[in-house]
Amino acid sequence: MGKILLAHGSGGKLSHELIEKYFLPYFKNPFLELLNDQAVFDVHSRVAFTTDSYVVDPIFFPGGNIGDLAINGTVNDLSMAGAKPLYLSAGFILEEGFPIKELEEILASMKKAADEASVIIVTGDTKVVNKGKADKIFINTSGIGIIEKPVNISANNLKIGDKIIISGAIGEHGIAVMTKREGLEFKKEIKSDTAPLNSLVADMLSASTDIHALRDPTRGGLATILKEFAISSNVGIVIYEDKIPVKDEVSGACEILGLDPLFVANEGRLIASVFPESAEAVLKAMRKNKYGRDAEIIGEVAAEHKGVVILKTRIGGKRVIDMLMGEQLPRIC
Amino acid sequence: MRFIDEFRESEYAKAIVDKIHYISRKNVKLMEVCGTHTVAIFKSGIRGLLPAAIKLISGPGCPVCVTPMTDIDKAIALARQKDVIFTTFGDMMRVPGSLGTLQKKKADEGLDIRIVYSPLDALKIARDNKDKKVAFFSAGFETTTPAIAATVFQAHMDGLSNFFILPVNKTVPPAIKALLDTAELGLDGFICPGHVSVLIGSNAYKFIAEKYKRSAVISGFEPVDILLSIYMLIKQIEEKDARVEIEYKRAVTPEGNKKAMGIMWDVFEPCDADWRGIGVIPESGLRLTKKYEMFDAVKHFGINVPAVEDKTSCNCGDILRGLKEPPECRLFGKVCTPENPVGPCMVSEEGSCSAYYRFGANG
Repeated sequence: MGKILLAHGSGGKLSHELIEKYFLPYFKNPFLELLNDQAVFDVHSRVAFTTDSYVVDPIFFPGGNIGDLAINGTVNDLSMAGAKPLYLSAGFILEEGFPIKELEEILASMKKAADEASVIIVTGDTKVVNKGKADKIFINTSGIGIIEKPVNISANNLKIGDKIIISGAIGEHGIAVMTKREGLEFKKEIKSDTAPLNSLVADMLSASTDIHALRDPTRGGLATILKEFAISSNVGIVIYEDKIPVKDEVSGACEILGLDPLFVANEGRLIASVFPESAEAVLKAMRKNKYGRDAEIIGEVAAEHKGVVILKTRIGGKRVIDMLMGEQLPRIC
Repeated sequence: MRFIDEFRESEYAKAIVDKIHYISRKNVKLMEVCGTHTVAIFKSGIRGLLPAAIKLISGPGCPVCVTPMTDIDKAIALARQKDVIFTTFGDMMRVPGSLGTLQKKKADEGLDIRIVYSPLDALKIARDNKDKKVAFFSAGFETTTPAIAATVFQAHMDGLSNFFILPVNKTVPPAIKALLDTAELGLDGFICPGHVSVLIGSNAYKFIAEKYKRSAVISGFEPVDILLSIYMLIKQIEEKDARVEIEYKRAVTPEGNKKAMGIMWDVFEPCDADWRGIGVIPESGLRLTKKYEMFDAVKHFGINVPAVEDKTSCNCGDILRGLKEPPECRLFGKVCTPENPVGPCMVSEEGSCSAYYRFGANG
């Protein structure tokens, strides 16, 4: 099998071939099959709309690749408004010489992720750039979803007394990518947690609509999102170190790399701020969903120390949690 | 027993905190020498658990923070040499020299500067790029230095002629001695670094008790380790019984790792060294021995940069010696932040200023 050529992005014969032979078989649906420059459909509802670009390096990592990441990421961004994701667009920027076999592998996992999340890719675009002008493959996905329930889910909507819930153990995606990138190996492979969270959010909203804020802690990790919550809503947040789920292999890798799991990226986790009386019901619903099995209440929203996140440590001390600053650089000793 | 979680258990921690409160009478000043301890103390909020009579002071123990500007200038001069790949540990990238940082020079001048995780990675780059010359920024205390020594040893065995190091390594005991000679500090005891001591052994600290009549406990890095070490120090001080004790018994012996130290002393020998903010400390640095001199990048390339005074408008010097706390510096958190560090204590994750800034003074 061949490699991507500049002509694959020229709009001519090879472009058509690329679309018909590779893209369409994976993404086949009535909207896309028309091969128009746009998709046309009706939406009668409040709509959530989002976009995100994916440039992850390495493009294949334990537990996933840039393709399922691009679908799940946009599905999750829509879900975090309480929306039901429906339609996605996908734009590809390919580097000349990129192996078509790898492209197919990525498309296959995009299809699988889209099927699982019950979304369809209704419009798309492909460009090819000269070798060295992009790094293998970049993907942009945009998506729209509909908000069916009367909810107001927003980072500035945390209420004093709310319980803070995390849907599972933290840090797996970041560590999976980092270990692959740096060529590190651990006895037990750490896999990315990349996953679509729309079914989890739907289950949570069925249990209660008293969900005030939702966010998936991607870059910057749990710590950065909580700090954003505290600032946006002008409230304090207290979390408890011993309640935060971290798998042994992740905490072990963090020890070695000198990283703090609170700041490591996730791609299949969410943080929720929930009205206290509804928190148990939401937690129960989450634990029944496969992406929320390890959900925990990790803290609460406080009236004191506005804009500040405090972590109560395992030994009874406390410390302030801030946003991630710059890149986490590996340390000397 | 997994050797991590046990040392983070809250029951143990609470019991030790209670005992510290029970025996603490005098006002004491303890210094944690090492940056890894500083961060661990902040991360677990240990300061807030101690009686007011016990004051913890952060010491100079971060090899990044004490690297003087002149050495950064030398690194930049090396990276500018033709056909040189300059390799370094990540956190040295952001330490300002008089000409700027390696990170900035890499971006501005397109210099080939690469972050490595181990000196062996630098050696591999040298093997894979025989048409280039690879220089490694050799920084670190006794924790890191034996691995660098082993790398130089390996390069020598392999007869590699395109691998060099810029040695700015330092040793911990002479720095502790210099701190003890700083009378205004009035230190009562030291929390000594566990990882360094795995290598050098507890005997290396004997002078603290014998000559200076001060207490020292070699501590592990988990919260329970540190609390237990503080308890052991307070007990010694209250009982007027200055000794060198090992808390981190699961890793440290009185003799240390003789084999690793053997390699280190084969490759390196002591020399006077300039510590940023502190000044020259006799016999606290390391240079290559005659046998390995040909690996010295400065000599090979004939690097000659003017010595610059480490003058920044910040108080890093006083902070490194424990005379001031980071918030007492007028630049702290205003002009000098981890994104835009003025002094070296704000650069490294393990610098005191960075720890104060990131974890707040609540620790």
